[in-house]
Amino acid sequence: MTSQQKWVAFCTIVRKEVVRFMRIWTQTLLPPAITMSLYFVVFGVLLGERIQKIGEFSYIEFIVPGLIMMSVITNSFSNVASSFFSSKFQRSVEELLVSPVPDWLIISAYVVGGASRGILVGCVVLLVSLFFTHLSVHSLPLIFLFLALTALTFATAGFTNGMLARKFDDIAIVPTFILTPLTYFGGVFYSIKLLPGIWPTVSKFNPILYMVNGLRFGFLGAGASDVAWPTGVVILGIFMVVLFSLNLYLMKKGHGLRS
Amino acid sequence: MFESRVLGTITTINMQKALQISNLRKTYANGPEALKGVDLEVENGDFFALLGPNGAGKSTLIGILTGLVQKTSGTVSVYGHDLDREVSQVKASLGVVPQEFNFNAFETVINTVVFQAGYYGIPRDVAMTRAEKLLRSLSLWEKRDQPGRNLSGGMKRRLMLARALVNEPKLLILDEPTAGLDIELRRSLWDFLIDLNSRGTTIILTTHYLEEAENLCRNIAIIDEGRLLTSEPIDTFLRKLESQVLVFDLSQAIQECPDLGEAMPCVLKDGTRLEVRVNKGVTINQVFEKLTHQGLMVESMRNKSNRIEELFIDLVSSKKETLKA
Repeated sequence: MTSQQKWVAFCTIVRKEVVRFMRIWTQTLLPPAITMSLYFVVFGVLLGERIQKIGEFSYIEFIVPGLIMMSVITNSFSNVASSFFSSKFQRSVEELLVSPVPDWLIISAYVVGGASRGILVGCVVLLVSLFFTHLSVHSLPLIFLFLALTALTFATAGFTNGMLARKFDDIAIVPTFILTPLTYFGGVFYSIKLLPGIWPTVSKFNPILYMVNGLRFGFLGAGASDVAWPTGVVILGIFMVVLFSLNLYLMKKGHGLRS
Repeated sequence: MFESRVLGTITTINMQKALQISNLRKTYANGPEALKGVDLEVENGDFFALLGPNGAGKSTLIGILTGLVQKTSGTVSVYGHDLDREVSQVKASLGVVPQEFNFNAFETVINTVVFQAGYYGIPRDVAMTRAEKLLRSLSLWEKRDQPGRNLSGGMKRRLMLARALVNEPKLLILDEPTAGLDIELRRSLWDFLIDLNSRGTTIILTTHYLEEAENLCRNIAIIDEGRLLTSEPIDTFLRKLESQVLVFDLSQAIQECPDLGEAMPCVLKDGTRLEVRVNKGVTINQVFEKLTHQGLMVESMRNKSNRIEELFIDLVSSKKETLKA
């Protein structure tokens, strides 16, 4: 395939993915908007008014970047995991496998498609948050950088899950038992400075902490962040490279795709 | 009925082989050896039938060509491109209609075809034009905005054909394309394929309808238990037939089976239906002479079973006996 043909193939797969999640927007875009509205009402308004400021920020201001990041992570991951597994399950993945599209391009396009949903949902949550609080922007480039890197990394992880899954239950395991606990303990609702004993140190082994704090830094500045944002960029970069290489290996091996 | 004017391209006929397979083997993990050293050649422009009983290895062979099954050893080349070294060129030359439905059931008909074109690097505007042409030709244009799951079985099969043709493949592989179709649809599809082949597309067909192979194909290969039993022109293959059973419908009922001689033993099925086994070397004229001599008038005549079917069964069972011995 020429570079031009590869670009067309890439755009086609991304378009297919975007068409898919837009077609089922009541399952993909609406639920996070409703869930996050509830978070804002319960934690931001009802409870938040009784919680003292974290640094110089109100509690609702503090949790908005974390909730945006939570939506981005969950949606980027689950979009690719469920879409790729469904295409395996229906065998429509064979449409791609019989075509000349190289493996790396299939992975990249699925990842960009999934990341698009993650970022779109992130924007929806951001818009919802504006009904409850005002948001300051400390660094727009940093906001974009963290949103994009996180969405791409978790979409890549979703692809790995979709490749390895053998039944529909398998694509719910990682979000339920790994992503959700890590996200909740990743500083979405609190600053790790408030944790007692060794827990601030333990929390620093949770990669999601760096992503949440990176985005929080982008919105609120250094005063609201528990860790240095460049560490987050490095961690995301490493995860992305490792997971992408693993996906390439699985595709080349034809894991669950070729006999 | 759907029209058979599709892509309007004429491929220059040359002597290049469409497909060359040499000593192809496939052993599945913890499973049987599905292909045991198959050698096969298909000429450019051919209409080729690949026959064999269930589990013979046909789908494995097609799976290897399309990249869905990884071969254990052997070489495969499509239009001179080696599958190991030039997989992209091989895939670009192929169109595949699988046996089972494998499109996204929730995707619209038009998107299924247009997206497939995109995977081959065909720009969207060109893809849309081709998709419209194909869907109109296959009587699916009215259904273009319907999701695939809403189509009937025949329509789904035609959708897979449209999808396989959107990249204008030089070699089209059809795995049981008419399975489950009614006679009218099957014949329409035959016309479509004949026209496609006449425009230069090489077609490899697997089918259980042996009549289909006899009507459509010029060359035939029979595969069984992972081995190639024969590969030759259909005419040559049919000449191997030792005998055939002809059914004669008589204009008047008779009570006893007539004596037509040792070379053409017969059985009276009911008063007006006579089955005559005609051995190799005996002409149909001779049979009619005998019947006329007996004062029997014939209203119609047909083969009891398909000629390829008889040869196919003979060949498969005799090879099995040889292997057992």
